[in-house]
Amino acid sequence: MPRVNMRQMRSKQSGTIAAITAAGELGRRIRDMGLVPGTRITVQGRAPLYDPVALRLMGFTLTLRNSEADFIDVEVDD
Amino acid sequence: MEAMIALAGNPNCGKTTLFNSLTGARQHVGNYPGVTVEKKEGIYRLNGHRFNIVDLPGTYSLTAYSLEEVVARDFLINEKPGVVINIVDASNLERNLYLTLQFIEMGMPVCIALNMIDMAFSRGIKIDHEALSRLLGVPVVPTMARSGQGKEDLIRAARQVLEREGGRTELKISYGPDIDVGLDRMEAMIREADFMTDTYPSRWLALKYMENDEQILCLGKQRDAQTAEMLESIVQEVANHLQLTVDSFPEAIIADYRYGYIRSVLKQGVISYSGDRNRLFVSDKIDKVVVNRFAGPLIMMGVLLGLYHFTFTYSEIPVAWTEAMFGWMGDMVDRYMPGGLLKSMIISGVIDGVGGVLGFVPLIMFMFFGIAFLEDSGYLARVAFMLDRVFRIFGLHGSSVMAFIVSGGIAGGCAVPGVMATRTLKSPRERLATLLTVPFMNCGAKLPVFALLVAAFFAEKEALMMFAITIISWIGALLVAKLLRTTVIRGESTPFVMELPPYRLPTFKGLLIHTWERTWQYIKKAGTVILGISIILFALMTFPGLPTDQTTAFEAQREALRATLPASIAGELESAADRTELSAGAQAAQVRLLEIDAAEAEAALRHSVAGRVGTGLETLSRWAGLDWRTNIALVGGFAAKEVIVATLGTAYSLGEVDPEESRSLSEILARSPQWRPLTALSLIVFVMFYAPCFVSVVCIVREAGSWKWGLFSMIFNTILAFTLSVAVFQVGRLAGF
Repeated sequence: MPRVNMRQMRSKQSGTIAAITAAGELGRRIRDMGLVPGTRITVQGRAPLYDPVALRLMGFTLTLRNSEADFIDVEVDD
Repeated sequence: MEAMIALAGNPNCGKTTLFNSLTGARQHVGNYPGVTVEKKEGIYRLNGHRFNIVDLPGTYSLTAYSLEEVVARDFLINEKPGVVINIVDASNLERNLYLTLQFIEMGMPVCIALNMIDMAFSRGIKIDHEALSRLLGVPVVPTMARSGQGKEDLIRAARQVLEREGGRTELKISYGPDIDVGLDRMEAMIREADFMTDTYPSRWLALKYMENDEQILCLGKQRDAQTAEMLESIVQEVANHLQLTVDSFPEAIIADYRYGYIRSVLKQGVISYSGDRNRLFVSDKIDKVVVNRFAGPLIMMGVLLGLYHFTFTYSEIPVAWTEAMFGWMGDMVDRYMPGGLLKSMIISGVIDGVGGVLGFVPLIMFMFFGIAFLEDSGYLARVAFMLDRVFRIFGLHGSSVMAFIVSGGIAGGCAVPGVMATRTLKSPRERLATLLTVPFMNCGAKLPVFALLVAAFFAEKEALMMFAITIISWIGALLVAKLLRTTVIRGESTPFVMELPPYRLPTFKGLLIHTWERTWQYIKKAGTVILGISIILFALMTFPGLPTDQTTAFEAQREALRATLPASIAGELESAADRTELSAGAQAAQVRLLEIDAAEAEAALRHSVAGRVGTGLETLSRWAGLDWRTNIALVGGFAAKEVIVATLGTAYSLGEVDPEESRSLSEILARSPQWRPLTALSLIVFVMFYAPCFVSVVCIVREAGSWKWGLFSMIFNTILAFTLSVAVFQVGRLAGF
């Protein structure tokens, strides 16, 4: 399973979170929403201007900016 | 029995719906002490018991990250509610339980409302609530807040928790060997030193130290610096060790273990899925179109434009009713009250002033109803999602959209709650930029001014003009935000981590409560501040009265006119009762008499305190095409924008001595020789951008933390507005309008 940065993920691509490298406020906010290592995610799509990105995880939809997705590494399925 | 119950849960878990369903109309909206986070309270009665229900702000966690979280936490710690009903979205159990665990770890007496089980079921999620209850050690009651189903069982379960004196379940989650050992050491130390144990549970304090919680760290230093330092050194020790061994830090590991704990609970037969867990639900299918790259923005424009049509078309009839009602009240006072200062104060100050404001209540209700629908349905979050990229360009945040919309981004909000809505923004810079620019939006108090001018001068294109006005205010606000973010408030941007809630059809009751709350705030403001200001302005516009030599001069003019009239006509005018038909000759004579009266009234107004201020400013305002009457109104608008229409009404009705003909203000303006479409446009621009009302300024001062920003917004905005309206007027004049 290749490990990529979340920004590089295509629409509809799925994977498992491998690492969150953000600390401080951003890290706390990301983790509170369930983005912790081991969580399964699918990229649902991107906003009309390609940013932010919408993720599907644990049955809900979460949005974050590409610049924030940079702190998330994902092991993608294919 | 009487007890306090706190409702807590994630945003969008159906908490407010449950609150409304429990308390109905018996609710009260206020603020938490010292902060601007809304506090809702209500009463619920069951079998002779009285429960005081407090709706805590919706949060995902209990860190010191956002003000809402701190408020919720402080409330639980300080007010000690008898039981916390934690509303949990059944279709989103994993993430919702993250907050639940934190309540239990705090030692709160918790009762879980497993809400929206019907929706979860339709998504193929089956939950064994008894197993969940057993594993967490707290009661779990399935509910459907929308229909109110299960709420009595829920309260019964909550009562059992209330009566179970001291039987709080201590939940000790393991955070791995390193952290656990650290926590144990810290807990022992906290117990020994009695370190803040009067307010907080010791284990929880240790955990918060480990999580590096700003609020607790700060409090600890103040209370007992020595113990605090020892605790911090343990945390540092653990952190160093974790950094070396697993390249992570305590806060991250705690979150991982919490989610791990939840997953292990859920795996023990609590949850089962049928069908594909990640299949597309209705909400996702709607999103495929609604946030689509091409269709999304078009739909968004359509929705916003639709909101205008909805508001302006359907509110027309009730607006006419309220106007007619105040017209009738004016007529009644005029007919049955003896003449004099008091009468003219009641008609010109009270009825015209307050009536001008209240006349727009139906319009504002329709607008709020529409906004509440967009908000509760989940569409506003999509707007933030689609617009974040744009907002970031101007140094703002996607969530700034909310503050802008509440302030009147979809015309008809109010800058006061808008400024307060900026509280959800954590970054001080984006927040400051947002709260300084939201007053440019078209709040419900500016709407009447625009509606008046548009009705008078652009009647054929009403909806289009109002839409254009909104667009102009947005462009202006965003450009100013960019200007501020590149000059006085430079700096980095903050995280945009936001949930897109599933689309839900809002409940009618919820919409009505929401609409009524906001409308009531508007009415209260109209009934108190505006009433007082209308009376003060009436006094400013009445005193000092004309000197006797001038009044005698006007009286002499009247006498001279009467003397030239044939005896028959003079007699007819003398004896004519209010509504009798006059002959052509008498009518002509009366018109001339009225002209003299109007001239006298105008002279009197010019002579008054307000008139002198307005006339004094005319040398400047003439550049923008505005006369002294408008100046008076604009000065009044400083106090509250509603006053602009009220004052214009007073200014013009004072000069209007024929009470039989109740012409509306917009007709008066349309006929007035000083007014043309370009003047109206110049005034619209000025009103849009000039100093925020006094209440907003006070809010800005409080939110920004210094008078400096309040003064800044008054001075900067007024200079900006004046420059723009002069530009509009001068360019328009040169272009021949």
